[in-house]
Amino acid sequence: MMKLAKPEGITALVLKRIGLGLVTLWVISLLIFVGVEALPGDLAEAVLGQSATPETVAAFREELKLDLPPHKRYFAWLGAFIQGDFGNSLANQRPVVDLIGWRFANSLFLAGVTALIAVPVAVLLGILAALYRNTLFDRLISMATLSTISFPEFFVAYILIALLSVQMVIFPSISNINDQMNFWQKLYAIILPCLTLAMVVTAHMMRQTRAAIINILSSPFIEMANLKGLHRLRIVVLHAFPNALSPVINVIALNLAYLVVGVVIVEVVFVYPGLGQLLVDSVSKRDIPVVQASGLIFAATYVLLNLSADVLSIISNPRLRNPR
Amino acid sequence: MSTAIKTLLSAPISARLGMGMVFITLLAALLAPVIAPYGETEIAADVWMPVSSDHWIGTDNLGRDLFSRLMYGARNTIAIAFLITALSFVIGVVLGFLAATVGGWTDQFLSRCVDILMAFPTLIFALMVLSVVGTSIPALVVVIALLDSTRVYRLSRAVAMDIEVMEFVEAARLRGEGLWWLMRHEILPNAMPPLVAEFGLRFCFVFLFIAALSFLGLGIQPPTADWGSMVRENSGAITFGIYTPLWPAGAIAFLTVGVNLIVDWFLHIASGLED
Repeated sequence: MMKLAKPEGITALVLKRIGLGLVTLWVISLLIFVGVEALPGDLAEAVLGQSATPETVAAFREELKLDLPPHKRYFAWLGAFIQGDFGNSLANQRPVVDLIGWRFANSLFLAGVTALIAVPVAVLLGILAALYRNTLFDRLISMATLSTISFPEFFVAYILIALLSVQMVIFPSISNINDQMNFWQKLYAIILPCLTLAMVVTAHMMRQTRAAIINILSSPFIEMANLKGLHRLRIVVLHAFPNALSPVINVIALNLAYLVVGVVIVEVVFVYPGLGQLLVDSVSKRDIPVVQASGLIFAATYVLLNLSADVLSIISNPRLRNPR
Repeated sequence: MSTAIKTLLSAPISARLGMGMVFITLLAALLAPVIAPYGETEIAADVWMPVSSDHWIGTDNLGRDLFSRLMYGARNTIAIAFLITALSFVIGVVLGFLAATVGGWTDQFLSRCVDILMAFPTLIFALMVLSVVGTSIPALVVVIALLDSTRVYRLSRAVAMDIEVMEFVEAARLRGEGLWWLMRHEILPNAMPPLVAEFGLRFCFVFLFIAALSFLGLGIQPPTADWGSMVRENSGAITFGIYTPLWPAGAIAFLTVGVNLIVDWFLHIASGLED
């Protein structure tokens, strides 16, 4: 008799996924480290350039612990990193934690508000487009989303600035926020970057939601329900929706992961004091400790969101719990 | 050949529109030195001049003719994006076919490497690498091509997996043909249609990516005309109600919309769907 594979518990599966995520993060940290390591010649001179003074070279060497052998240096760096000590910035000698902390909070604020707007709109439009497939409504939405996807984020951003900030002076074109502002003032300041991101993310999310729903609506059990003469609403709510949940959750999580990266460009356009802006500035200054820290934070957020996409779809789709 | 022309003629209006848009852009790129009234870096007038008969769409932040810069920019940006896409396809397709035909540990090793690279956001990865190696055009080309080849690898491996089990590959293998011959003469011709559609998609992606990097000041460096960096250089104008940065940004959108319209149609044919 053939022995069936024993279904694994959800906890075991989830733990396995989390373990995999941690391994990915570890490999990424290794890559980041080796990347700096592999630079030919003297790192200090290459990065600081011809104009390097002996003091900056010394600070640079101490900062990256260039006096230790590579493997020791890696563990020292990783150990300090896990304890929250990201070292000091090469550009202004301030601790990286001070630079990153509030900027990361700002980036999360921007991404969070965007997600709150974009997710319901995208899912609703996606479901409607799938239900009314090939109607004028669907075609219009398809054209609109296809063009939005093709636009670079900064094009959308400048169009919005031109319309809403220059033509009609409603919103500020520079999103400066600080601690003295209350929640509503902050919200007002980030309306334009938020709209820009929301438009781009909604377009992606909507197209994928539509595809996922259409995929389910064409499966045999929906056809069966149709042939039985069930009411359309009943089919959608009771038959299609539970099955669509897993792909739609996946789409949402993946797009939130995209959002994390999308903030970089939008922050630069609107001079928003976020982590993306800091990363770009540090890359052009070649401020490696800051680049390493903010890059790892971005990567960790991205991996975390992808991880939660997997975990949520395992929970919402029992079929994934029995590996073939 | 005649079937190709027939398919081209049966293209829906959206795809024709896309072809027209791509054609105009390519024409501008090829004929830039002929059409452009001024040189690429020639300072012709005052800063941010309005639209006039001398300067069709005004001048930029240093008083260079924007229309000429746009033409030369098409040249530089498209050429580099094309080079990167081609390189990424060479890497991705060769490794993908290799993984599918050899299988075993080679496949495992390559696929796990690609998994890890893809678990990392591309833009962040590129920024980190560029902070170490510096922003030169060769570095840019190699870094983006490598990052982008992961997607090509996934697709070409999947396609080659399906072809690899067919009888004619088996026959060639029993005939004693080598690995390279199998990949070049048996698998590649049969994998062409999905790869061509993917090439269009990847080109769009790379093009937008280069534009984004240049916009961040980390891509193609001035004074070379390039659409992304032109947006960056002129971005200050918008708050004064001067719409200069919208021209290069619009040009980027124009080309990518065009390519996407064609790719959309291509994917539609390839999927064999009626609706």
